[in-house]
Amino acid sequence: MPMTKSYDEINEKIKTGKVVVVTAEEIIPMVEAEGPAKVLEKVDLVTTATFGPMCSSGAFLNFGHSDPPIRMTKVWLNDVPAYAGIAAVDAYIGATECSETRGLEYGGAHVIEDLISGKKVKLRAVSYGTDCYPKKEIETNVGLEDLNQAYLFNPRNVYQNYAVAVNSSDRIFHTYMGTLLPHYGNATYTTSGELSPLLNDPHYRTIGIGTKILLAGGEGYVAWEGTQHNPAQERNELGIPVSSGGTLALIGDLRGMKRDYLRAATYHKYGISLFVGVGIPIPLLDEEMVRQVAVSNKEISATVYDYGVQRRSRPALGRVTYAELHSGEICLNGKKIPTAPLSSLYKARKIATELKEKIQNGQFTITAPVAKLPYRDGVKPLREEV
Amino acid sequence: MAKKRVVLTFPPELTEKPLTYHLVKDFDLAINILKAKITPGEEGTLVLELSNGSPQKIDEGLDFLVRHGVAIEPLSKRISLQEEECIHCGSCTAVCKSGALSLGEENRLVFDRDKCIVCELCVTACPMRVIKVIF
Ligand code: SF4
Ligand code: SF4
Repeated sequence: MPMTKSYDEINEKIKTGKVVVVTAEEIIPMVEAEGPAKVLEKVDLVTTATFGPMCSSGAFLNFGHSDPPIRMTKVWLNDVPAYAGIAAVDAYIGATECSETRGLEYGGAHVIEDLISGKKVKLRAVSYGTDCYPKKEIETNVGLEDLNQAYLFNPRNVYQNYAVAVNSSDRIFHTYMGTLLPHYGNATYTTSGELSPLLNDPHYRTIGIGTKILLAGGEGYVAWEGTQHNPAQERNELGIPVSSGGTLALIGDLRGMKRDYLRAATYHKYGISLFVGVGIPIPLLDEEMVRQVAVSNKEISATVYDYGVQRRSRPALGRVTYAELHSGEICLNGKKIPTAPLSSLYKARKIATELKEKIQNGQFTITAPVAKLPYRDGVKPLREEV
Repeated sequence: MAKKRVVLTFPPELTEKPLTYHLVKDFDLAINILKAKITPGEEGTLVLELSNGSPQKIDEGLDFLVRHGVAIEPLSKRISLQEEECIHCGSCTAVCKSGALSLGEENRLVFDRDKCIVCELCVTACPMRVIKVIF
């Protein structure tokens, strides 16, 4: 009978300190040398990670009640508007929201980074006043320790693969894919390839709703499918999407997060975004799982799109592997184009290693998903009624 | 090898004279053009790196330019990188054509100051805003 392992068995090994964990990069040469069956006997878990910019980020905050109380209808944190159209003292600060006084230089992402760095932020709120919430205005300073709840909620993160961007036009483009030089002057890409979580679990067998993860250095969970989750994306012969595929919605307490793994960013002439570090353990349940996590950069490809065309459907120009992208140069229709990443492989490796060590030290156990991520038929466009 | 980086500004009437040719031929200087903005009939700018075995030769070459009405300033603009705030994302390497910025060992950012031509593209390309031009 082929060997299998259960979540409980692996957690038992974590508790007794007998667990064997390697990163998704370290497992590749092991499987190449010994084959999946031998590796399954030795290794229980693989850690995956990513540290990239994700605009679809923000945090829910509860400020507690003042005396007399206020039903906050508009809220600003360090002059950045937060969404207050929920309960009296709840708000959601979105990462890409800009400061009303400092523009693109400071935004929601910076507020979140300041909070987890232990800084106080200026809270200002207004209200129309009600019988039960008479106060109409408040201004004070709050820090993480003053808040009742403060949790990061990423409606979308951990993209399973993404586009490679080039620019065919004759001017510089400033995009969320970085600065794109004219006439195919460069190509940018943004996943950690063979270390990236959903590229190691392409059919979402172990990563699902309820999976415990390392989120910006603290503990978090997969909450739901992410927005624009697209499992129906075209896949290669190994079952890996060739462009943006599945996504995850993530949740985790801001308390316990580290600035090392959560950083506000500004993309020139585009806007504010947030780098969020995510580490996800993948249990090696059977040989099939070992084969999936052994995927390497030369087996993962991404589609190159022309961001010089300002349309929803940008022309696809070809396909390249992550091994080529990492080599510093891709060849597209006979033309050599230098490449550069936008997400930090250096940090992703640190996260994968930190998660590995936490598991080895018995500080992080794993959870089985409580529900699977759904399979859907692609992403709908927005039609404009005329 | 002596080296000097200079910013040359020359009046419209000089833009069509082969001055750099003389630097090479008469003063035996090696020239590396870091930046050039020359439109016939307008004031032109050239950023050059001059090198030769002797610093004296370089100064003689520069004197020659001054005699012909070229204004010379040392290239004092520099790029400064706040390393401890860098997240090693690599975005800046996408625009650095001189190869001064690259990802090296462990995928960490490496800045080779000597290769920098102060084109300033990396300043806005860095999403962490940790690259600045200083004068
Ligand atoms: S200014 Fe920046 S992009 Fe330009 S050469 Fe120097 S380091 Fe490279
Ligand atoms: S773009 Fe900025 S943060 Fe990213 S590697 Fe370059 S200097 Fe570092």
